[in-house]
Amino acid sequence: MNSKKKHAWLTSNQMILVYIIAVFSLIVGIRQPAFWDFATVLNTMRAAIFTMCFALCEMIVIISGGIDVSFPAIGCVAMYVPMYIINRVAPIDNAWFAFGLAVLIGLAFGLLNGFLVAILNLPPLIATLATSSIASGGVVTILGTREFTVLPSSLQAIYNTNLITYTSPKTGFQYVLNVLVLVPIIVCLLIAWMLKYTMLGRGLYVIGGNKTAARVAGFNVKKLQFAAYVWSGVFVGVAAMIYNILMHSATTSALMGDEMITIAACVIGGVRITGGHGGVGGVVLSVILITLVQNNLNMLGIPTSWQRFVVGIVLLLGTIITSWQTKRSMKMSQA
Amino acid sequence: MNESETPYGSETVWGFFSKKERPGQNMGNEENKVFLKLKGIKKSFGGVHALRGVDLEIREGEIHCLAGENGCGKSTLIKAISGVHEPDEGEIWINGEKVEHMKPIDAINRGIQVIYQDFAVFPNLTVAENIALNGEVKNRKKFVNWKEIHQIAERGMAQVGAELDPDMPLEQLPVAGKQMVAICRAIVNDAKLLILDEPTTALTEKEVGKLWEVLRGLKKKGIAIMIVNHKLDEIYQIADSLTILRNGKYISSGKISEYNDARFMKDMTGRDLVETKYDPAPSDEEVFRVDHLTLKGRFEDVSFSMNKGDILGLTGLLGSGRGEIGEALFGITPPESGDIYLNGKKIEIHSVADAIKNKIGYVPEDRLTQGLFMERSIEDNTIASSIRDYFHGMSLNEKEMREASERWLKDLSIAAPSIDPPVRTLSGGNAQKVVIAKWLNTHPKLFILNGPTVGVDVGAKAEIHDILRGLAKQGIGIIIISDDLPELLQNCNKIVIMNKGKVRLVTDNKIDKLSL
Repeated sequence: MNSKKKHAWLTSNQMILVYIIAVFSLIVGIRQPAFWDFATVLNTMRAAIFTMCFALCEMIVIISGGIDVSFPAIGCVAMYVPMYIINRVAPIDNAWFAFGLAVLIGLAFGLLNGFLVAILNLPPLIATLATSSIASGGVVTILGTREFTVLPSSLQAIYNTNLITYTSPKTGFQYVLNVLVLVPIIVCLLIAWMLKYTMLGRGLYVIGGNKTAARVAGFNVKKLQFAAYVWSGVFVGVAAMIYNILMHSATTSALMGDEMITIAACVIGGVRITGGHGGVGGVVLSVILITLVQNNLNMLGIPTSWQRFVVGIVLLLGTIITSWQTKRSMKMSQA
Repeated sequence: MNESETPYGSETVWGFFSKKERPGQNMGNEENKVFLKLKGIKKSFGGVHALRGVDLEIREGEIHCLAGENGCGKSTLIKAISGVHEPDEGEIWINGEKVEHMKPIDAINRGIQVIYQDFAVFPNLTVAENIALNGEVKNRKKFVNWKEIHQIAERGMAQVGAELDPDMPLEQLPVAGKQMVAICRAIVNDAKLLILDEPTTALTEKEVGKLWEVLRGLKKKGIAIMIVNHKLDEIYQIADSLTILRNGKYISSGKISEYNDARFMKDMTGRDLVETKYDPAPSDEEVFRVDHLTLKGRFEDVSFSMNKGDILGLTGLLGSGRGEIGEALFGITPPESGDIYLNGKKIEIHSVADAIKNKIGYVPEDRLTQGLFMERSIEDNTIASSIRDYFHGMSLNEKEMREASERWLKDLSIAAPSIDPPVRTLSGGNAQKVVIAKWLNTHPKLFILNGPTVGVDVGAKAEIHDILRGLAKQGIGIIIISDDLPELLQNCNKIVIMNKGKVRLVTDNKIDKLSL
């Protein structure tokens, strides 16, 4: 029994991700010894911030049995509107205002998604697709398509605050890690705790597993669905403002298209697309893997134009492993 | 209602299992307290009377069986007891107290727990969580204490006598395991009356035995148990008392010892349903023969033949090769060697297409997933295997399709208002008749049925048997694959018994029942 459990752990989704990350790092490291540097850790963390934030939104929705393809559009609106106001209406130079408005906008669209899915019972894919179009189309029509590349001083101050400054002894270059990296790290810990130790978290798994049984057991299914979409909207508002600060760019289309890589990151991380499965650990590993691949392909001598192709292959492999794991889990019930 | 003098006076084949095991007969639980009492419960939905005055009495420490054909109002009655539907008229007494306007939560608080056929469990959570979670919700917990969850689960499993790994995800358990989890959950939620809706449908015989063991253990602890079931042999095995409903009406109730097969059948169906043994006129005209049929690892050297009018039964334990022969003859897993003769002509079967071309029909064991398009209409299902016959050039002849479907609806007396409703809305027996209609519409010469009456109630079962007998008399070869021995003995004039892939015995069904 014990060795069986140990075997199950060693071949779990998370451990397989660890193996793949180790093998990939080893290959890159052999070709390019410069890879073995603390700078790689800093670079990976910096590059993973957005994907990690988005994955934390999507993961919650998928676990609850839904899907959200509207978060990139919501994020764009949530960073564009405050920047538009600051630049063209009233120069309110206050970080609380920028983040606060972004959160409010995310909240509004999250409530809309929740209403469409939980109250009107629309299929989540269609409902969030509609929200995406409404958000994206609405902001372009009303406020136009500009690009704001200058941050107000309060946000610039955040940009200038670094958590770690590191000078590589090998290259002499200086690497920094922005303080905003703490946001996904803290939220990861909070979400992991919430999913495991609160009835809210268990409720999300429960409605993702069997909605009818959840209702019979006394869970408030509608409330939990609302919670998932509202969380996704609110946190993508925060994530989009982080994007604006770190990239110095707020446009109406910057994040569009990110939903697919985010959903893929969740699925590779063991979040089953049908709901009710997965957790923070797997998603963190999967985000690290995807970021490593995206960042370090050039180190292997693979041209940048091949990056998307290779990322696609990684996604495919990851998904095959996940689906194979699911089948194996189902098969054990026959034995 | 006073037939208690002749409790076992049955002459029909239905009595096979009944004489040996009747655990409830001398329980003498008269002194036990009545837990649930229903008086004259009536309920109608938009003018349709689902319940027309039902009385019911269940005592503590008693296993009470609720029986009746499909559509008799069993599910509505369960919903009335569990507070889902409020009855239009009548009284509900729980523990000597009259309860009015009962809501589901009131029923749960009074200890009424229903285990539906889908168990309402969470496949993605562990065994422990499935057992404990409902109680945690009820207690309005905000946080999860995993130690407590494990303790609750262990306690529940100990009380029930279930041995399961608490950390196992539920989706990895077989159906019987999921059912045990549902029972444990009911017990930790202080069930005083446990209602199980057709609990044995998806279980193997061994699992049913384990279930009975668990229920008897709970009964000793004073828990009242109500089982919805219409399988006579199982009722005799487990029930102390019995209530029979028909068309929403209370028909009879009493100790299990007051019932015999004949009375049970009569109360269930309202007819004197004494099925006679099938005994066709002997004929020398061979319809179907297989010689030395072999598929390595499944069955070996299988030979049998059948003449006009014969109904052949194929039986044996699960894994004996009985089902595999059916699948081989229909070309799903074609035989490797051996000869097959249909109406005296040698035929080759290498695929399902070959089988259909040679006019062989097959009703699979799992009709829901293999034999029917549940969301499509009766008509679509009826013509599904014969649709090529209705092509006239590039278009389908809708009129002919409708006529054929309507004819089968009538001939097989499928209880449906028209050929338009989806098959999903039909009862098990009627759905099975649609599968039969589908194949009959291909005008088969050989018709193989695997478990044709599984999940079908007694009335419809008898009707299906009649249909099969009629077909056999017309010269269609009928093979019934089943582990339901009474059914085979009654309907087949020839029985092939399989064991480990080999034919053990071919009998003309004149043998003693016990030697089977």
